[in-house]
Amino acid sequence: MLLNASGCLDALTAPEVAAELDAFVTKTVTPDPRPGNLPPRIVETDHGMLNAIGLANPGRAAFLETTLPRLLALGVPIWVSVGGFSAAEYAETCLQLPEDTVACVELNLSCPNVDEAPESAAQIVAACRRETSLPLYAKLSPHAWDVGETVRAVEGVGADGISLVNTLRGLTLAPDLTPALARGAGGYSGPALRPVALAAVHAARRATSLPIVGMGGVGTGRDVLELIACGANHVALGTVLFVDPDAPNRVRAELDAAVRDARYATLDDAFCAAHDRVANTVNGF
Amino acid sequence: MSRPTRAPRRVAAVEALGPYTLLRVERAGTDPGVPGQFFMLEAPGRVLPRPMSLCLAPRGELWFLFEPVGPGTRALAAVEPGDELHVFGPLGTGFRLDVPKPLLVGGGIGIAPLPYLALALDRPPALLGFRSERHAEAATLLPAADVVIDPVLVTDAMPARRDVLACGPEPMLRAVRELAPTAQLAWEAPMACGYGACYGCAVEVDGELVRLCVEGPVLEGASCS
Repeated sequence: MLLNASGCLDALTAPEVAAELDAFVTKTVTPDPRPGNLPPRIVETDHGMLNAIGLANPGRAAFLETTLPRLLALGVPIWVSVGGFSAAEYAETCLQLPEDTVACVELNLSCPNVDEAPESAAQIVAACRRETSLPLYAKLSPHAWDVGETVRAVEGVGADGISLVNTLRGLTLAPDLTPALARGAGGYSGPALRPVALAAVHAARRATSLPIVGMGGVGTGRDVLELIACGANHVALGTVLFVDPDAPNRVRAELDAAVRDARYATLDDAFCAAHDRVANTVNGF
Repeated sequence: MSRPTRAPRRVAAVEALGPYTLLRVERAGTDPGVPGQFFMLEAPGRVLPRPMSLCLAPRGELWFLFEPVGPGTRALAAVEPGDELHVFGPLGTGFRLDVPKPLLVGGGIGIAPLPYLALALDRPPALLGFRSERHAEAATLLPAADVVIDPVLVTDAMPARRDVLACGPEPMLRAVRELAPTAQLAWEAPMACGYGACYGCAVEVDGELVRLCVEGPVLEGASCS
């Protein structure tokens, strides 16, 4: 499946772009409304961009009453990105999500632009697992030294899938040496994030057989193929949607050629190809 | 409202106008939109495109005026005739044109959307302010305009009781709004996407953060900060 990365598309403002996706992932929903951080919220870097939007969203009640029905009417499967500042907050939102209409829940366990919940990713997943039978994907940070350890922990408490990666925390300075973003640091995304995403997905695949949504710096069909070769079952588009609203169609069109150019017969044949080669190399010694 | 399109468009010419750059691209099937609307222009070699309001739309072309001050605008100023750039637009909310006594007010590079607006309003009076004689060379795009040069400000020369449509630096827009509270003002903010996806261009309007690329860039009688 091809999805959007949470926060990188507003399906109600641009429904024609959402219609190009296999599922739409909402902006993260928090219990209370959040106006988001003060501007400036974005800045370009040489090889990516930083954002510090700050989980701007209308809050759980308004989302459930107004936003979600309008999203469901688009006819695209809806994944709801859930955020919070404690495990109980995440769990309460999961409890309130309708299980008959929402396709999936993605737990945002890794936003670099707000203060984090005190509990671990596994504690939050466990709390949500008790409240919903919807599929639960854990969206993890690339900051963890051992992604595999976190993956095994959230799988152990009932996660149904893994989303990797969220943005990396980054900082850039204005000409006068003050932070370019009002919040200071922000989430680093775009082409520079791609090798980080590949490494994280690769490590996660070695730790689990759960489905993985790979994302981070994808811009072309070849980039999608590389994430699949590292073990992603699905791929999400982020920053590229800002540049090219037609990216979903373009990337799909490029993917077939990318598979051929890499000398694989089908996309399935390329799945986890990066792992076979690592194993072969090691065995060859 | 016209539907935005994104397509590669050939560069027809790149001209210097004082310190500014006038970029002319072939229009092909692109809708020029309403004055005050903007386009996202691919900045070669950069990650993100740059938002530019349309300056003029003579037959077969789209003209954009900008000041090369950062990596994106410098990359755009360095393109050559025959190069292709992705052009995405028209985007955002432009000027409302049903005004009985229009007066166009522009400051510096903020004059960019005014030539196209002047044509749509049948060449109303216009008042432009620049920081130097060299910058004022751009006034040739609005031949009938009154021009003031720093330290004289546009607000020193603004006639009263007009329907003001203005674009310029934020201090100028705030000063214009003091004199003309119902003015239509075209604001600016850093944008990643231009179509409401990134929430990066939030500005505070009447105490609420809104996306300038959707609600604006032209805001009317609003207390944008």
